[in-house]
Amino acid sequence: MNQRIFRFASPQTFYPLAGQMIPLFMTLAAVLCAVGLYIGLFVAPTDFQQGEVYRIIFIHVPAAWMSMFIYVVMAFWCAVGLAMNTRLSFMMALALAPTGALMTAVALWTGSLWGKPTWGTWWAWDARMTSELILLFLYIGFLSLHAAIDDPRRADRAAAVLALVGVVNIPIIYFSVKWWNTLHQGASVSITRAPSMARTMLWGMLIMALAAWMYSIAAALMRVRSIILERENAAEWVAQLPEVKGQ
Amino acid sequence: MTWGSAAEFLAMGGRAFFVWGSYAVAAALIAAELLLLRGRRRTLLARLGRSLRHKHDDS
Repeated sequence: MNQRIFRFASPQTFYPLAGQMIPLFMTLAAVLCAVGLYIGLFVAPTDFQQGEVYRIIFIHVPAAWMSMFIYVVMAFWCAVGLAMNTRLSFMMALALAPTGALMTAVALWTGSLWGKPTWGTWWAWDARMTSELILLFLYIGFLSLHAAIDDPRRADRAAAVLALVGVVNIPIIYFSVKWWNTLHQGASVSITRAPSMARTMLWGMLIMALAAWMYSIAAALMRVRSIILERENAAEWVAQLPEVKGQ
Repeated sequence: MTWGSAAEFLAMGGRAFFVWGSYAVAAALIAAELLLLRGRRRTLLARLGRSLRHKHDDS
């Protein structure tokens, strides 16, 4: 493989690069969020069946998508870390987990607030909701297991195995509405057919999803920078950083 | 524009609690995450700076 890709696998090289990317992704997230909220709250029409409560969709669907996507990316970095023994991969996985847990919590919370007025219940043990709750436990389990092992290299490997086993839950969440008869509705957006929603609603949702994506990248990069400094605290390059010297 | 007035917007067709409850909690969690990230970095940099000064004192 190309040598230049491996250069960025070193925490020392990646640390300043991540620092440069954070403002870019944060700005993108803020702008997309503003546009998405404007479309979602002011342009998108009232739903003919649900009235205004459907506007929860602009938070719920992006958060739910990100909760699954972040897990897949986290598991990918765990697999890379286990296969190639690259420290930075494990650090990326560890940096993604709290944001993934946040997205999962938001998806569950908003789902509950949407379920009460539309289905008449805050919660049901149906396949979609139960598997999403398991996703939250997987994120928490990953972080707890990592925190419980003192040696960071061993903690990385143990938590990575847990993350990889948990990947099986992702297709279960995604296809649960097809495989089982769930209270939760089927997908409104799919690759194979036209979306079953108004165009402005769809655009609002997609832009909010993009905003959530940019935010997640920015938050993970911010966290990975702290993780790098914590792990490399004895390294000379850390001591040479202006932000450390200036303290 | 779908709203006649600000009050109508805030009322969300009588579903204000559910709609704004979703938006508010999502915003609060994101704000909390950003504050925690900033706090973690600040504490860490202060600690690294302190240990660096100690090292200089020793030598």
